[in-house]
Amino acid sequence: MALLDVRDLRVSFDTDDGTVYAVQGMSFSVEPGPTLGIVGESGSGKSVSTQAIMGLAPGATVTGEALLEGVDLLTMTEDELRHIRGRTVSLIFQDPLTSLHPLYRVGAQIAEVMETHADMNRKAALERAVELLGLVGIPEPKKRVRDYPHQFSGGMRQRVMIAMALALEPKLIIADEPTTALDVTVQAQILELLGRMRSDFRTAVILITHDLGVVADVADDVVIMYGGRPMERADVRAAFIEPHHPYTQGLLQSIPSYSGRMGRLRPIKGYPPSLMRQIQACPFAPRCPRAHDECLVAPPPLKPVGTSPGHLSACVLPADAVGLPANDAQAAPAAAVGGVER
Amino acid sequence: MSTATQGDLAVDGTDAKVLLEVDDVVKHFPVRSGALIDRTHAKVRAVDGVSFSLKVGETLGLVGESGCGKSTLARLVTALHPVTSGHVRFRGQDITALNRRQMRPIRKSVQMVFQDPYGSLNPRRRVGSILSDPFSVHEKMSRAEVKRQVQELMARVGLSPEHYNRFPSEFSGGQRQRIGIARALALRPDLIVCDEPVSALDVSIQAQIINLLEDLQDEFMLTYVFIAHDLSVVRHVSDRIAVMYLGKLVETGPVEEIYSNSRHPYTASLLSAVPVADQAFRTARRERVILTGDVPSPVNPPSGCRFHPRCPKAQAICATQEPPLERKPGDPIGHLTACHFPVNPGEPLANASRDAAPAPAAVVGATEAVDQ
Repeated sequence: MALLDVRDLRVSFDTDDGTVYAVQGMSFSVEPGPTLGIVGESGSGKSVSTQAIMGLAPGATVTGEALLEGVDLLTMTEDELRHIRGRTVSLIFQDPLTSLHPLYRVGAQIAEVMETHADMNRKAALERAVELLGLVGIPEPKKRVRDYPHQFSGGMRQRVMIAMALALEPKLIIADEPTTALDVTVQAQILELLGRMRSDFRTAVILITHDLGVVADVADDVVIMYGGRPMERADVRAAFIEPHHPYTQGLLQSIPSYSGRMGRLRPIKGYPPSLMRQIQACPFAPRCPRAHDECLVAPPPLKPVGTSPGHLSACVLPADAVGLPANDAQAAPAAAVGGVER
Repeated sequence: MSTATQGDLAVDGTDAKVLLEVDDVVKHFPVRSGALIDRTHAKVRAVDGVSFSLKVGETLGLVGESGCGKSTLARLVTALHPVTSGHVRFRGQDITALNRRQMRPIRKSVQMVFQDPYGSLNPRRRVGSILSDPFSVHEKMSRAEVKRQVQELMARVGLSPEHYNRFPSEFSGGQRQRIGIARALALRPDLIVCDEPVSALDVSIQAQIINLLEDLQDEFMLTYVFIAHDLSVVRHVSDRIAVMYLGKLVETGPVEEIYSNSRHPYTASLLSAVPVADQAFRTARRERVILTGDVPSPVNPPSGCRFHPRCPKAQAICATQEPPLERKPGDPIGHLTACHFPVNPGEPLANASRDAAPAPAAVVGATEAVDQ
């Protein structure tokens, strides 16, 4: 059984300007163990999806199902959800400065999690906090446990957040843009740490990011979102080497190649759709170079494509139409079969 | 580093005209405290002796992590900040010594595109009015002529001229950045400093803006200083790269040279730390170096080479003597490195030995070095 199984999730917000349909039918599942990357551009609904599931989207109208070990999170009371958050599912956010309380010592904040959820006494919880800080690579944890958040650098604060997320040994960690605010060399440290935590603790991770490189680095599987819906799901190598959905292909072609100059970039034409209405067609159709009438009838469901198991795409193109279009300097599948490093 | 290296700092042997010369520029910001008596008790050494030159039509990519001084340097080049010491010469004229009136013609020729297309446009003014500012400040034109110019400009950067009367909030992020570019382009400048012009944009939109900047460069013979933390983007647009660390240039050279043969351990670590989606590159890339620690404070930078506390190759001399920015044996003209122990081609950086604590850089996912 999947650890988390989200089916036809829809999230909307009533605003002064009208209803915003932020998520319009998101489905995905997370198995225990591997890391799932959710990638999308701003407004694609990647953050709202997980926030809504965890009851962290105040004012939202949420429908669908989100089964955590078979129990629907969307029908839970606030108390039940609060028990799940922290115990079974932990969250790590982009900005560690605003997620830590500025007036409490770091150690006390980590300890509080364990006192609240695991009935530990303060002394034991503080000892465990020191252990955790050491585990996430903070030097002199005995001393640093008494420091305040402002005494830590950005990267160190994100380590504190990870220590806090690990405190109760959750089954699932949701990391929402955990390295976006950090410099590349610090980002590399944090991604390495997340990878290590995952293998040491066997925790499933959902990594939400806009950065295709980060996903390629740490995720096992990836869901690509657009206009509040999943466009494609595949294991990372298949997604990058044999993308099926024209949106995924467009994304990959619009990033500058790292292995050499490739002449002009090939951007996706146009702009993302407005979410002020429910989109009754493929949301990417207006920008899609291969769109035709069928795409405008209804949003295409995810269907199996390509050769790698679990590769799904929400596109009407034939299932074997995978891979970046030919005559593209960037697409070099033959040279790329060496394997994803890890 | 001054006159002696000037020749080396030029791109190559060609005699394209030098547009901009930055000569040993320093910018310190005072750190003040005290409510009644203003006391300066420290200074942020944002830019601490940087030299480079730029030829007409060239793009210099300026890279480095937050706090390395790249944005301050951009503001010194555009004379938005006065320098603490040193010289910035534009077409041979030292602009650090000019008064406001003398600066006016220079201001026309040197423009800037900012990172945040939301924050850099006045939300209460219509786009047409924002874009007519440069003309009304610097040119004597009739209103009809200004309007014609603005609409032409809007069309050139890919905006619909009919949107002349719209407010910035009616545009998306990518379109707003087009407005920012149009404003910079209005007076036909020679040099445009782009400070993280695509960082706030989604990838599919980024590519549109990068293509636009490249087209405009060809059409108007523009020279760019391009600041970005995204190293793939910088590689794509730049002819030359300058890498900054804590207010200093640590390495500079032609783009392919920097990316394929980086000599400074910081450059090598920075490049290896970038997560890359490109599968062909992932398999070819050599070991990944994970630096320990964070960038130190520019208020009190480390002695000697500023990178030494984090450097996997650091030795005793690195803590005491600052290495000059110079051409290393075997490197082509124009490739300069400020390091006592430059990385040799193919050398596994992560295994480098070092004298002092802290712990050496860890290697993750080390793969065999394969030539690209």
